[in-house]
Amino acid sequence: MRLALRELRRRPGRFAVATVILTLIALLLMFLGGLLDGLLASSTGAYRAQEADLVVYSSEARDSLVRSRIDGDVRADVEGVEGVAAVGGLGSVQLGGRPGGDPGSKDLVATVLFGYELAPRGLPDVAPPQGTVVADAALQAEGVDAGTTLLLGPARTPVRVTGFVDDTRYSGQGSLWGSLGTWRAVTRANRPGEAVGDDVVQALVVRTEGAAGVPAAIDAATEGATDSLTVAGAIEALPGVSEQRATFNQIIGVTVVVALVVVALFFALITVERTALYGILKAIGASGPTLFVGVVTQAVVVTLLASAVGAGAAVSLDAAIPPGAIPFEATTGRLTSSVILLLVAAVAGCAFSLRRVLRVDPASAIGTGG
Amino acid sequence: MTDTPALRMDGVRKTYEVGDDEVVALDHADLTVGSDEIVALVGPSGSGKTTLCSIAGGLLSPTEGSVVLAGDDISRYSARQLTDVRRTRVGFVFQSVNLVPFLTAREKLVVVDELAGRKARRGDAGRRADQLLEELGLADRAGNTPAQLSGGQKQRVAIGRALMNEPALVLFDEPTSSLDSKLGEQVVELIREEMKSRGTAAVMVTHDDRITHIADRTVTIEDGHIAA
Repeated sequence: MRLALRELRRRPGRFAVATVILTLIALLLMFLGGLLDGLLASSTGAYRAQEADLVVYSSEARDSLVRSRIDGDVRADVEGVEGVAAVGGLGSVQLGGRPGGDPGSKDLVATVLFGYELAPRGLPDVAPPQGTVVADAALQAEGVDAGTTLLLGPARTPVRVTGFVDDTRYSGQGSLWGSLGTWRAVTRANRPGEAVGDDVVQALVVRTEGAAGVPAAIDAATEGATDSLTVAGAIEALPGVSEQRATFNQIIGVTVVVALVVVALFFALITVERTALYGILKAIGASGPTLFVGVVTQAVVVTLLASAVGAGAAVSLDAAIPPGAIPFEATTGRLTSSVILLLVAAVAGCAFSLRRVLRVDPASAIGTGG
Repeated sequence: MTDTPALRMDGVRKTYEVGDDEVVALDHADLTVGSDEIVALVGPSGSGKTTLCSIAGGLLSPTEGSVVLAGDDISRYSARQLTDVRRTRVGFVFQSVNLVPFLTAREKLVVVDELAGRKARRGDAGRRADQLLEELGLADRAGNTPAQLSGGQKQRVAIGRALMNEPALVLFDEPTSSLDSKLGEQVVELIREEMKSRGTAAVMVTHDDRITHIADRTVTIEDGHIAA
């Protein structure tokens, strides 16, 4: 291993090409991962912020918040289920908002107004008073400040922003959080066709006492009128989430395979070049596994170098992108998983050289003169 | 110096399968090398010198016969055992002296110890390397890489490396083939001095008359047979 590290230190130029290529691959991998995380974060924040265990839709809504309607009778059934600790209504409407209170303004911000009862993370336990909302912090980049009045929808319904909450975007849009009363009033004014009665909500968020069978018990208690999902399940059911994840993961998978092939080809070439050297080293007492550990060590160091540059670039990019410009997030988890994937690809790539290293004949070190 | 021969080969035969044919590389070779004896091994190309040398050094196993190295019969050793034998009991000086081009002279000696793995490492490898370099007149070249050494200096480093593990037997493969006549003579003298002063046995594959002159004995091999 020391021999391998010395070679890296003394002959860095030999590994430059592989390092540059792996750095570009690491950049691509982390950029793709960051984009996926950014997209998912901007699509799912409102659900991830829920401090609840379940989301209950009406069964005919096919797990869509927009299509779902739950009335007071069904809610009462849900509240009566054993293991249910707390139930809150949730409603949403997607509308353009004009910041600044000018009805004629062409400055339009895409928003989703949520009405809530059970407070998600970072929101007041009691929903803001009628006509006031807490806005997602992402809307600050759109010129929304505390005290700003947003005129929502074609009816220009005013809501005043009283504060901000982090990471609650939904469907790529900044969210606004108010009471169910605010939500009903705004919906009635702008989408009369979607207006609901005072005891109707779109979905219920449910806190349980931890029992595993509660979702099934809820659906049984409502005689099939509901479809209860865990919050994680509800996130996966959001439009486009699983498709985005699957698409990006496939691209990430292909990128990892490319990294594996690059490492495999590079170290296969290096191994061929070193056949004579390996013969001599084996002749003086190096074992095949010792030499292979050296190859793996070099691949791991080159990959770590490439990963460090890639991670540094991803973090810099994350810091440099203005909020709301590109949905990109360089999270520690994503960067770590990218490094691990690259390391696995590097070690797997080296494995293609294993046979060649082990097969080098130490007797080849002695000349063929007789 | 001990009475145990550094090497004793009895009835050693080495054959290779080439298609349906059997090629005999070495045929019932007997050779004994005393504990501080220098033997020159000569013969035409393809005569079996390399095969004999490889079997003596644990690079190859014999098809038949016995090979006893410093009292241990290594004839049926596994590949792993032979690796240990080469690392601890045998020294090699190859034609190609540029072992690991990115290592300094001192590192070239210490690497022998590093290859042993952490558990088998000796504690004094650095000190022994310094001592050998001093003895070989290379103390001031310890930090030089091959590119900064002359041909003779490189060969001396190679000799130092071969002596690093205090071997019972050192195998030289055409040690002067890449040197001019003056350097060749110096290296030949150095080899004799180093082997004799340490009481270490040596087998030298060579075509060089200068080596046969400094050897205690010259063994000729032809068509896989050691000439009587």
